[in-house]
Amino acid sequence: MTAVHTSPAVAAGPAGNPANGPVHDATIGSGDGALVRVPAGGRLRIVDLFGNQAADTLLYDADDIDNRYSAFDTIREQGAVFLTTGSRLLSTRLDELAVITDDTVGRHDTIGGACAQESNVIRYGEHVRHQHACRQTFLAYGAAAGIGQRELGHNINFFMNVPVTSAGGLQFDDGLSAPGKYVELTASRDIWVLLSNCPQLNNPCNGWDPTPLQLLGWWS
Amino acid sequence: MSLYAHEIPGGAAWSTPVRAGRLVTLTALGDDANCSTLIVGADRVDRMNIPDTLKAQMSARILPPMVLMSDRGLALASVVASSLDWHDCLGGFGHDAHLARFGPSSYQADRNEWRRSAHTGLVTELTKHGLGERDLHAPVNFFSRVSIGEDGSSLSFAPGHSVAGDTVTLRTEQDVLIVVSTAPHPMSVAAYAPAGVRVTVDTAPVVGPDDASYVFRAESARALEMTRRAVA
Ligand SMILES: [Zn+2]
Repeated sequence: MTAVHTSPAVAAGPAGNPANGPVHDATIGSGDGALVRVPAGGRLRIVDLFGNQAADTLLYDADDIDNRYSAFDTIREQGAVFLTTGSRLLSTRLDELAVITDDTVGRHDTIGGACAQESNVIRYGEHVRHQHACRQTFLAYGAAAGIGQRELGHNINFFMNVPVTSAGGLQFDDGLSAPGKYVELTASRDIWVLLSNCPQLNNPCNGWDPTPLQLLGWWS
Repeated sequence: MSLYAHEIPGGAAWSTPVRAGRLVTLTALGDDANCSTLIVGADRVDRMNIPDTLKAQMSARILPPMVLMSDRGLALASVVASSLDWHDCLGGFGHDAHLARFGPSSYQADRNEWRRSAHTGLVTELTKHGLGERDLHAPVNFFSRVSIGEDGSSLSFAPGHSVAGDTVTLRTEQDVLIVVSTAPHPMSVAAYAPAGVRVTVDTAPVVGPDDASYVFRAESARALEMTRRAVA
């Protein structure tokens, strides 16, 4: 799959100033990642270019990386398991790091965690130990911001579908996303967005075919 | 006769190292107890990872005979027995903000009855072991239940889930650090009356291939087997 550098999504500039193009426009190949500093008020759009791709995402207060995204504080305070438009993405100190201000998919997982070599072995067996995994991408891209193993919390899986049941069950389903669908965050303070474009080959989170994502950012 | 026993009052925090091959039993000393629990592995870096634990065992709650897994895919402890079949792992730990509804509280005013959150207690205990806020991961809230609505999304706290005398027993699969807070569950709307929890530590029997956690799922067995290798 070749990387795509333009998409229809690029045409949408910030409200009230549609002529402005994005100040950040990057395509992230499958299995690759990104570390983006988004200033307060900035908007970052993650575009699922080909559909059914998992965008594993962590957020950090850019001024203090110990103040990082907390999946379970976020779901408890909003009283809902899934993330969508209006979800406030909270930190381990209950600070609002960002808000999901647009979402053309409808719901995103934040309890399924990221893949790691070690968890892959647990889930699929020893033969997958040397397959590439999100944790490696987080560590590789996070280092520039001082983000190491201990700074990795529980992430968001944009475009991923992990239904939970009232009986306490959990499953991994085919994604609800489709080519060109996107989610957009508006930063509530200066944040780091650490993203791994999931290389997982062993479950339906990527439709067994990891594909590129596009990041579009609007800020001044 | 236990190797060790300790009673943690309600609203307190505590931590202890526990060797591999022990049974750690938590017993609720009152109704509606909550015990927000973190477990850190033998190297004091490898933390209990709730998302990995849930997805490997296809569950959104903690119950026997699940294995509590780490960031590194190792078994930290197995839940070998419990009087309850649902322990919350979605609600996270409580913050000082969740105690605000009870009014102000300080040591100056309340002495040792002052109210502190699980977040405060857990960070304090982690810090005693050279860890800290960055090591906070999602806890298991033993004795609490957060129900998932029929819509598969909405969460609600189940009052009255546990009563005095309820128990849960963990078998340590490696040398671990256990960090607990008995502060109220952050979603509880009850009056402030956190129950205490008794901790007892006993020697675990030698585990055979018919062990319930081993045979539960292939994933549980692999986590336990990887741990056998890691601590060999
Ligand atoms: Zn992944």
